[in-house]
Amino acid sequence: MSTTPSFEAASANSPETVADFSSNHNSAINRIQHALHVTPSLVPLIVLVLSVAIFGLLLGSKFFSPFALTLILQQVAIVGIVGAAQSLVILTAGIDLSVGAIMVLSSVVMGQCTFRYGLPPSMAVVLGLACGTFVGFINGWLIARVKLPPFIVTLGMWQIVLATNFLYSANETIRSQDIAKHAPLLQFFGEKIKIGTANFTFGVIFLVLLVIVLNYVLRHTAYGRHIYAVGDDPEAAELSGVNVKGVLISVYMLAGLICAFAGWALIGRIGSISPTSGQLANIESITAVVIGGISLFGGRGSILGMLFGALIVGVFTLGLRLMGADAQWTFLLIGALIIAAVAVDQWIRKVSV
Amino acid sequence: MKKLLACTALTMAAMTGNAYASDVSVCLITKTDTNPFFVKMREGAEAKATELGMVLKSYAGKVDGDHETQVAAIETCIADGASGILLTASDTSSIVPAVQQARDAGLVVIALDTPLSPIDAADATFATDNFLAGELIGQWAAAKLGDGAATAKIAMLDLGISQPTVGVLRDQGFLQGFGIELGDPNKWGDETDPRIVGNDVTAGNEEGGRKAMENLLATDPGINVVYTINEPAAAGAYEALKSFGRENDVLIVSVDGGCPGVENIKDGVIGATSQQYPLLMASLGVEAIHAWATEGVKPEPTPGKDFFDTGVALVTDEPVDGVTSINTTEGTNLCWG
Repeated sequence: MSTTPSFEAASANSPETVADFSSNHNSAINRIQHALHVTPSLVPLIVLVLSVAIFGLLLGSKFFSPFALTLILQQVAIVGIVGAAQSLVILTAGIDLSVGAIMVLSSVVMGQCTFRYGLPPSMAVVLGLACGTFVGFINGWLIARVKLPPFIVTLGMWQIVLATNFLYSANETIRSQDIAKHAPLLQFFGEKIKIGTANFTFGVIFLVLLVIVLNYVLRHTAYGRHIYAVGDDPEAAELSGVNVKGVLISVYMLAGLICAFAGWALIGRIGSISPTSGQLANIESITAVVIGGISLFGGRGSILGMLFGALIVGVFTLGLRLMGADAQWTFLLIGALIIAAVAVDQWIRKVSV
Repeated sequence: MKKLLACTALTMAAMTGNAYASDVSVCLITKTDTNPFFVKMREGAEAKATELGMVLKSYAGKVDGDHETQVAAIETCIADGASGILLTASDTSSIVPAVQQARDAGLVVIALDTPLSPIDAADATFATDNFLAGELIGQWAAAKLGDGAATAKIAMLDLGISQPTVGVLRDQGFLQGFGIELGDPNKWGDETDPRIVGNDVTAGNEEGGRKAMENLLATDPGINVVYTINEPAAAGAYEALKSFGRENDVLIVSVDGGCPGVENIKDGVIGATSQQYPLLMASLGVEAIHAWATEGVKPEPTPGKDFFDTGVALVTDEPVDGVTSINTTEGTNLCWG
């Protein structure tokens, strides 16, 4: 029985390398896919630069001027600020349909406190901001503690807040001239800095600062990483010691506060306080977020992308208007952009590097 | 205890008695219940209904353009046995079958403010002559500019891309009054006169007004006449002009005559506006339904028009020759909202 059976002989001809799962077709497309996976705001940035370049070529100095370009910034300021709030919520795999309503209610509270109750404007602003934060808290509490789906909670809150807004204000507009005379602080975000023909309103500057600060917080602080973790996989986050409920409630409160700031900026933009404004802000902010490449499934995307997304919409709107196109074409193109953006997002998700 | 029971019985009797006395009931269906224009309309209808001892039930869409809620409201009114319906339709053609259903059931349907299409789908229409409203501000602007009217640069701030009839009538009326040749009078934006810089849409609010004005100023910074669909849009346009430093050399005209709008004329924000009278529309409407319910008489249109004209007046503090107008003090007394 000393004949050693040559069991191993059968394997003599088999390949000797270990199992290899790494992709061996390291093509250009794969590398692009990888780059986009790592830097999700790259796609919207490229689209933005391209669209500015194309409209610039087609329209010349009429479009490609400091004046027109800063005008786009002014036009997207409100949607951008609301979009920042929306981005935070969507990163947690939620959605906030009540953002526009919170914005309008906050601006109405600021106006009514000043003009109906005669409070000093600074006090009115604080109350307006508190109001937005409070509505955000209710959203967050219902979602995190009562475990209701964000879509349902904010769908309901949207109606509740809008109705409150109309009942409370009796839908009366407070005129720009009255605000300028008695409470100029409310129009603070309408002030501007002129550099040549470029106009930077405080609202625009606030938007840019807000996005920079939030980008830092999201990327480089524990709190920011927790937001991503909660959006990516709440159970895993919970097991790793993240206070999931606390993060969710604080995100909705922060979103409410940012929307209240948007309400303040809205007064600066339109001059008056009008309870009927901002009705489409929820849809417009979701549009900016989606075109900006933030995944609606949560946990992925960059707030910078949202800013680029909002700017893309602004560039298309003004560019097409200047070309004399019918306003309907703008809606059509933006619709196509939304679908394209999500298609690209799905493609990036397939990456396995 | 007996006394209490007796009292209750008496109250009950009185209540039922009341309900029987006011068996004429009328429905008011508006586009929304948030726009001050419709709020005023409801106030006017309520006051008149109380005066005539009628029961008024108000319904409204959730937002402008909410067609389904209006259809449901009409069905409720039929089931409720109302004598008539006052309706400001959101979707003027799709609502027609529902209106026909109500008329077949013996209700009189009066369109307020917004004519149905076709206009004779309702028993009567009580409305502002929106074309005339536009014409008045057009004539005023042309007279105000004098010789400058020949070289004016006009921005047209309209309502929406679906071109609702009210917006088209005001727009086309303005252009006719200003002396610009119309294309198809049933739509705006097809005129070829080079004085028109462009049309943009505002959704009839401040935000839309500002954005539309900015877009058109970016197209041509030389704009010096601005037509606006209503006063909130005008206020938004003014904010845009202010940020361009152009608020003092541009003429803004508008339509509506709401109280904040009249205030804005006083402050020189808007040059002139055509004032309409929603309260009158509603109270005349309630009267007409009362007449139908008690005497069986249907309302008649104003001679020469296919609707009952509830009147319009030009409000301005800078009257011009050849255009009748009232000043802001009179305008304030008559304003709504």
